Amino acid sequence: MRVFWKRHQLLNHLLLLLGVAFLALPLWLVFASSTHDPGTLIREGMQLGFGGKFQETYYGVLTEKKGFTEQVTAATMMLNSLILGLGFALGKIVVSMTAAYAIVYFRFPLGGALFWVIFTTLLLPLEVRIIPSYKVVADLGMLNSYSGLIIPLIASATGTFYFRQFFRSVPDELLEAAKLDGAGPWKFFIDILLPLSRTMMAALFIIMFVVGWNQYLWPLLMTTDESYNTIVLGIKSVMQNIDGNRLPEYNRGFALAILALVPPVCIVVFFQRWFIKGLLESDK
Amino acid sequence: MTTLTLQGLRKVYPNGTEAVRGVDLEILDGELTVFVGPSGCGKSTLLRMIAGLEEISSGDLLLDGARINDVEPAHRDVAMVFQNYALYPHMTVRRNMSYALQNRKVPKTEIERRVLEAAKMLQLEEFLERKPAQLSGGQRQRVAMGRAIVREPKLFLFDEPLSNLDAQLRAQMRVDIRKLQRQLKVTSIFVTHDQIEAMTVGDRLAVLNNGELEQIGTPMQVYSQPASEFVASFIGSPRINLVDGEVKSGVLSFDGFEVPGFTDISDQPVRAGIRPEDLLVGTSGTKLQVDLVEELGSDELLYCESPSGQDYRIRRPGGSGHRSGEAIDVSVQKEKIHLFHKSSKKRIN
Repeated sequence: MRVFWKRHQLLNHLLLLLGVAFLALPLWLVFASSTHDPGTLIREGMQLGFGGKFQETYYGVLTEKKGFTEQVTAATMMLNSLILGLGFALGKIVVSMTAAYAIVYFRFPLGGALFWVIFTTLLLPLEVRIIPSYKVVADLGMLNSYSGLIIPLIASATGTFYFRQFFRSVPDELLEAAKLDGAGPWKFFIDILLPLSRTMMAALFIIMFVVGWNQYLWPLLMTTDESYNTIVLGIKSVMQNIDGNRLPEYNRGFALAILALVPPVCIVVFFQRWFIKGLLESDK
Repeated sequence: MTTLTLQGLRKVYPNGTEAVRGVDLEILDGELTVFVGPSGCGKSTLLRMIAGLEEISSGDLLLDGARINDVEPAHRDVAMVFQNYALYPHMTVRRNMSYALQNRKVPKTEIERRVLEAAKMLQLEEFLERKPAQLSGGQRQRVAMGRAIVREPKLFLFDEPLSNLDAQLRAQMRVDIRKLQRQLKVTSIFVTHDQIEAMTVGDRLAVLNNGELEQIGTPMQVYSQPASEFVASFIGSPRINLVDGEVKSGVLSFDGFEVPGFTDISDQPVRAGIRPEDLLVGTSGTKLQVDLVEELGSDELLYCESPSGQDYRIRRPGGSGHRSGEAIDVSVQKEKIHLFHKSSKKRIN
């Protein structure tokens, strides 16, 4: 009986390990390949084994200036991505929270209608309005700047909707108690709504940070100066770098892909507990 | 000294519903006044108008003689205990209680002193660092009261504060609130739909129905001299017996009963109200058939029916040995009968 039980467990674990391998293998392939030299990769394809050139490749990628104009290192690109991701996520949270606050707690003409106008922008994804958006950013002289990269993106119908639903579920008595306690609209927002929305904000932050980090089309169009390149754009520029007799540096491309993965993974791991809490429950 | 005067207060909602239809009322200093009535009678709306959470459509609200219709809730110097307590879930008990004082820029040492004093009074000292979610219903209720007490307001408002508690705790809190209010001598208004709660807690009862004030008086006045048919039937448990009758040449007759002595009342059809304990079972009087006997120990309730099909409730001391199916003789004294006008439903005797 005991033996059977153990064998049974072994089978479970084998199945689970198989699943893990299935999910992790591509990642491992990319990582292992990034530690070989480009010649090996071109001759023998992707490598399963560790190549031993880890330090050279990653150190090189992070410090050597590359790209078309040979101006940016991977470190700069990661910083750009980080600024974009953080600005994108924080901006969206601030804008959608204040918008939802106005819609839920203040009565102003067309307030309800305005919400639905915001909501319908969901039907117009960035790709659909990218040319007018580009025109606006260009006319404002914001091309090739962080503000140009971030500000046009921070309005969020999803976020506004999300916070509106949350604020509406906060009992009215809390607002009334705060009124009697002498808290004005500003104090109520800071002292009561903000702390109550903590988990909501964390959940939205993770989602939005990853979305911002992974932006491709937008930074590609808004920045022509390579010093504003994000890491997602950088991968492409390395892989495309075939001129004459030089081999494409696949190892570096793979290294960039791994580097591009690290921050979002860190954020998700770090905020995971709050994230799940934010999606499942709210501590009202 | 705090007196609150309501003069012709009306509340009309934008959709045209009239929740409060002109209430005139004086809340006396240091008293606990209870607003009581069935749900939808406007008692909560009236309380929220006093708190400033609901706009006043017309009429005047005077606190110590000064009109406060348009004063912000925060500046009215009233504190409110909400039905679901409305504690701030992310703040500790201590912060919940001190928040209003912090917003009013009360000095730190003073806040500390008042919070500790209130906590001591409400036996909350050991819970000061806890969050509301870690407290039981009764403790949350006490925190909500503590939050009101530390403000040292002119007026306490209680909006059905006991309705979320279980029966035993409710009885306990009823007594506690009463004692606390006596001790602090703060003018208070207490809203409830429970007439027993109203009778036991209040110095005075304001009975509301349909947005109008039906009667104001001490619990005993309201019970023994109901001003209208509504008050008579709403206050008192089991319900008062109400029967159609007629006064003719000073004699009241209803459903086989003949009671003389109503000489000051002109001949007219009336409604007669008799409390269940005022129907006397004896050897003479009108015959009633006992349908059901409810033994409550000290008391018993007899559910009876007259030959004409009218139902009566009679309350008697327990252990009388009456059985269902039995016929009993019932009489009533003239002084115990409440007469109401047939159409206006107002008291006429």
